[in-house]
Amino acid sequence: MKKQVQSAQDTAEVMLLRLYVAGQTPKSLAALSNLKRLCTQHLEGKYRVEVIDLIKNPGLAQGDQILAIPTLVRSLPQPIRKIIGDLSNTERVLVGLNLRPAADAPRSKAAGA
Amino acid sequence: MPNRTRSNGHSLAPLEKAPTGITGLDEISSGGLPKGRTTIVCGGPGCGKTMLGLEFLVRGAVEFNEPGVLMAFEERPEEMARNVASLGFDIKNLADRKKLFLDYVYVEPSEIQETGEYDLEGLFIRLQHAVDTVGAKRVMLDTIEALFSGFSNPGILRAEIRRLFRWLKERGLTTVVTAEKGEATLTRYGLEEYVSDCVIVLDHRINDQISTRRLRIVKYRGTSHGADEYPFLIDEQGMSVLPVTSLALEQAASNERVSTGVADLDAMLEGKGYFRGSSILVSGTAGSGKTTLATSFADATCRRDERCLYVGFEESAKQLERNMKSVGLDLDPWIKKGLLFHEAWRPTQFGVEMHLLRIHKLVEKLKPRTVIIDPVTNLITGSTEKEVHSMLMRLLDFLKGRGITSLMISLTDAGGNLEKSETGISSLIDTWILLRDAELNGERNRVLYVLKSRGMAHSNQLREFVLTREGIKLVPAYIGSGGVLTGSSRVAQEAREKADALVRQEEVRGRQKELDHKRRALQAQIDSLKAEFAAEEAEMCRVIEQNQEREHSLDEGRDAIARSRGTNSKPERKPPMTKAAGGER
Repeated sequence: MKKQVQSAQDTAEVMLLRLYVAGQTPKSLAALSNLKRLCTQHLEGKYRVEVIDLIKNPGLAQGDQILAIPTLVRSLPQPIRKIIGDLSNTERVLVGLNLRPAADAPRSKAAGA
Repeated sequence: MPNRTRSNGHSLAPLEKAPTGITGLDEISSGGLPKGRTTIVCGGPGCGKTMLGLEFLVRGAVEFNEPGVLMAFEERPEEMARNVASLGFDIKNLADRKKLFLDYVYVEPSEIQETGEYDLEGLFIRLQHAVDTVGAKRVMLDTIEALFSGFSNPGILRAEIRRLFRWLKERGLTTVVTAEKGEATLTRYGLEEYVSDCVIVLDHRINDQISTRRLRIVKYRGTSHGADEYPFLIDEQGMSVLPVTSLALEQAASNERVSTGVADLDAMLEGKGYFRGSSILVSGTAGSGKTTLATSFADATCRRDERCLYVGFEESAKQLERNMKSVGLDLDPWIKKGLLFHEAWRPTQFGVEMHLLRIHKLVEKLKPRTVIIDPVTNLITGSTEKEVHSMLMRLLDFLKGRGITSLMISLTDAGGNLEKSETGISSLIDTWILLRDAELNGERNRVLYVLKSRGMAHSNQLREFVLTREGIKLVPAYIGSGGVLTGSSRVAQEAREKADALVRQEEVRGRQKELDHKRRALQAQIDSLKAEFAAEEAEMCRVIEQNQEREHSLDEGRDAIARSRGTNSKPERKPPMTKAAGGER
């Protein structure tokens, strides 16, 4: 999972993602595999993913205001976005990550387009 | 953990309680909130839900050694710390000392995109982490309903909230959950259906521009609890709930007597004064001297080295002090000595419940032996008579229960029925002193009498009540055919009586003289008649003598003739003499 320079425009556009899970629950596992698929399909190396297991590190939940499990947090680029659920709805994840324009997410960085 | 649940379910021991430490709330809930269970506190905005929960947590941590977790969904802990700092709660400090764990849960719907299945395990993990960090026994969720705006799937949310309550119960955490009031349900999102142990409703009502907070325990499974609405107050010492009615009439009755501060009034009450711990009502029209009488009692209390609380709704402390100096009562030394506490506030400042609560708190704080309320009738401003009546009943109960002598002043309307005390509290009163004005001949004078005084042979007299520079004097009033006379009428009447008496005496003396005179005249008459008679008698005697002498000489002459003639006959001698005597008269 190393960043790869795709074009001059995208050098700064490295996406920092954190996936919060709680143990090896089916939802967590589904979220993880969905995320992997998404990243390889749409981000192609312009991302970093950190998986945090709250069962092991419960104190970390407070910082990112985690309630729902699983939660994917895009901490960079700003603003922070949170995507909750097992990430099975790819369209919505892409909208949530601002990779695809949506009615409720007008600003598009055109990263994957 | 399952062990504890089972033992709770099967043991027949009474429900364990977690004391809140909130004044009054533990009383009405017979010991506190259900231990190890969840309590819902619901109510409209600004009714004190958060305050109740916070005080429960803070007092738990400070007084009962039960650390707590505050999970706030609406306010940041810093904001909350600032909000409650004014109440003397230092939650930051408690957090630093690991007595309290503060977690701010922030849900921003615009940041969140829902994509597929999820649960709220994160919330559970945070809560578990918080509980473990401080070893918490108490939890407050304020207010969990904020989640409903953060997550769009109500099905998941409800399932998770139900799981959360079960989770809390399994861990034996005594929990307070705050919730907004709903339209048709107790809480907006129907949280009460998940929690069935204890539901407390808070309310904030405005009556005639005066707001009163009220608390009601709607439900408390497995325990007896007061079902009424209880007023409560939030002030510098936090929250206090006022138990509305004391349960029974069980106050001890003291035989000790305390001076009224007026020697003449003491004399009217068997020479001893009021009973200690009794309730006294002084009622009367405006300006009839009620306050002076009350202040005299306050003065007498302080003279015994006892504390007195004077609650005034009309005069400020300084004003009262100045006014009482004019009748020789100097209150200043008592205030300086810490024996007399004068508390004055506006009757309209708050509702009747708040007045009661405030008096309660003052009594708890100052521990006086005497409480004076001047006047109770002012409390009616902004309340119904019924409310005032129940408030006074509670107040009297409370004071009697503590053996505190209470004196209430009641202002009656001029022209109204004097014996009908406006608030109908007379039946609660042990000693009732009535002051009234007697208006006559361009003067207004004060009259006092003891209308009733339980347990003593009190005087039945009407006394004139005179305010002098040396205090109160009670002068026996003049009661005559013209009614009760007071003031200069009384003085005039007394003078008139004196004059009348003088006249009567004069008359008697005159009559006596006349009689004497008559007697003397009669005597004189008798004397003269006697003299006349004596004179006549003497005359008569002389005539008789002369006659006898003449008779005698005639006899002698005849004898001499007879002798000379030589005859000896005498029979014709007597008759002519008697004839002659009868013919004389």
